[in-house]
Amino acid sequence: MTTSTPDAPPLSAPTSDGRVRLAAEGLRLAYDDRVVVEGLDLTLTDGSFTAIVGPNGCGKSTLLRALGRLLRPAAGRVLLDGRAIQRTPTRDVARALGLLPQTPVAPAGLTVADLVARGRHPHQSWLRQWSAEDEAVVAEALSWTDMGDLADRPVDELSGGQRQRAWISMALAQGTDLILLDEPTTYLDLSHQIDVLELVARLHAERGRTVVVVLHDLNLAARYAQRLVAMRDGVLVASGTPHEVLTEQLLADVFDLEARVVPDPVAGSPMVVPVRRLRR
Amino acid sequence: MTATVSTVRQTTPPEPGGRPAGRAVTLRLGPVSARFRWRAVVVPVVASAVVVVLGALSLGRGDYPIGVGDVLRTLAGAGEQGQRFIVLDLRAPRILVGVLVGAALGLAGALFQTFARNPLASPDVLGITQGASVGAVAAITLSGGSSAGELLGGLGVPLAALAGALGAGALLFTLAWRSGLDGFRLVLVGIALWSAGQALTDWLLTGAQIHDASAAYVWITGSLNARSWDQAEPLLLSLAVLVPLALAAGRVLGVLQFGDDTARGLGVRVARAQGAVVVVAVLLVATAVAAAGPIAFVALIVPQVAVRLTGGSRPPLLASALCGAALVTGADLLTRTVLPEALPVGILTAAVGAPYLLWLLVRGRRTPA
Repeated sequence: MTTSTPDAPPLSAPTSDGRVRLAAEGLRLAYDDRVVVEGLDLTLTDGSFTAIVGPNGCGKSTLLRALGRLLRPAAGRVLLDGRAIQRTPTRDVARALGLLPQTPVAPAGLTVADLVARGRHPHQSWLRQWSAEDEAVVAEALSWTDMGDLADRPVDELSGGQRQRAWISMALAQGTDLILLDEPTTYLDLSHQIDVLELVARLHAERGRTVVVVLHDLNLAARYAQRLVAMRDGVLVASGTPHEVLTEQLLADVFDLEARVVPDPVAGSPMVVPVRRLRR
Repeated sequence: MTATVSTVRQTTPPEPGGRPAGRAVTLRLGPVSARFRWRAVVVPVVASAVVVVLGALSLGRGDYPIGVGDVLRTLAGAGEQGQRFIVLDLRAPRILVGVLVGAALGLAGALFQTFARNPLASPDVLGITQGASVGAVAAITLSGGSSAGELLGGLGVPLAALAGALGAGALLFTLAWRSGLDGFRLVLVGIALWSAGQALTDWLLTGAQIHDASAAYVWITGSLNARSWDQAEPLLLSLAVLVPLALAAGRVLGVLQFGDDTARGLGVRVARAQGAVVVVAVLLVATAVAAAGPIAFVALIVPQVAVRLTGGSRPPLLASALCGAALVTGADLLTRTVLPEALPVGILTAAVGAPYLLWLLVRGRRTPA
């Protein structure tokens, strides 16, 4: 396990031997004058499945936004395939990296098929608005995510779980091999959380996507992700396999939580059983 | 190179409340490809036909009726002197101004409403037409009074209105811009500008001579009376540039609708696209209002009517432009024929448009922005 205190430089450990797709170097992220993330280094390798965890307000969503080029770093930089992401044209980024915001809004009345079709935007131009490839990719994305039957339904009439599937279908249609998801399971009941994470896991396993997901639920993160990145107060505290990261000590350090960590009886991944909140 | 046109049957959604998406048609010709909903094609075609019929009717109607045959002969270059003057110099430019102003307002309304994701975001509410009113009323009431008044009077009412609208648009843009434009903030800033403009207009009117105030009031209502080629020509030229720009923005608008983060994730340079959309919309409104005054309700109602006719998730640009043209042309025809006294067209667009929108709202369940 690699841990570090907020003072020491944080370490990062790639989980697979693949080449580095996305990297953060000395990242400082701020909204106006308020610094949210400080001195963060991180590398994400090709074909990895990483979950970013941490307490509310630790800067994990902010980090994801910076990795997706939605937020310009106050210092440091993000590298996409070795190239500074801020210097890469928006459209090139959109062809390499897909991003699902935390609570994306679909305009009222927009159908699932139209939503998924919007995923093709980075591949289209004014003349080339709907190529045969676009059509095939969208149809395949709909059927792969089991949204074929709902294709003509307005997105705003779907249940939360179906809506999230529709957005993931759009990300799939975008055709990027890097996908960043910001808390895709928010507001979903447990069975739909599982449903969405199974779909994300299939994106990784069957479609070879490199996945980075911000998650709240530690047990689900440990079960689905190959690698956990734990943050607190804008600093990367630990990074490694779920077994390396989810220790009783880390839960106390990062979440102020006294907890027992036992093997998940189904998946064997570490499972957190909370005891009580620690006062600091 | 092969051209393919295919139709895709889209099934009616089983749940109540959903609207049938309608058939889609795909068009491919070499590297060029596009996809439309049938209704998004049919509505503009029908609206264009309505504009042509209303315009043709309008050419023959008025205080001095001219038969259809004579109108056609005159248009073809023949016909007697008096009829030529009435048709070509009096009625044709007036009708053309009506068509163009209606199209510009409908299109600008669709741009603003889609961009702000808010059906209230029309140039009437955002204070841009109010800015034009301030300019025009100042030019009418202050001319001869002071040196500033001289300047305004010399500018003429249309140019003063144009300056007022552009000034309001520039203020709106600058005050609402915060490294990008937020629809909600745009509406709030717009409403503040609207109130300020209203206060300025009222202040100018209360201090004005009664005949000036009356002339100003007619202008504020929006009128096509006595519009000539002097208004039609510049309007035609500016729309020849602005309408293609606006229609080209349609593709990006469809993605901007998702909000900044999603749009950026899909490869759109959001701030640049937002700026371009708002600038084009402001220019459309300014040129329209300079020509005919702030014809009420067109920009607010027409896009909402058009989206209910075509279906879909946002006001269609082309259909909004053509429906706007049809509404203004039709209202102008009514004011000049059926009604006992020639009313400013703006009174009728509000009187006709508002009940129609209410009917659509009562009939339909869904309200896309």
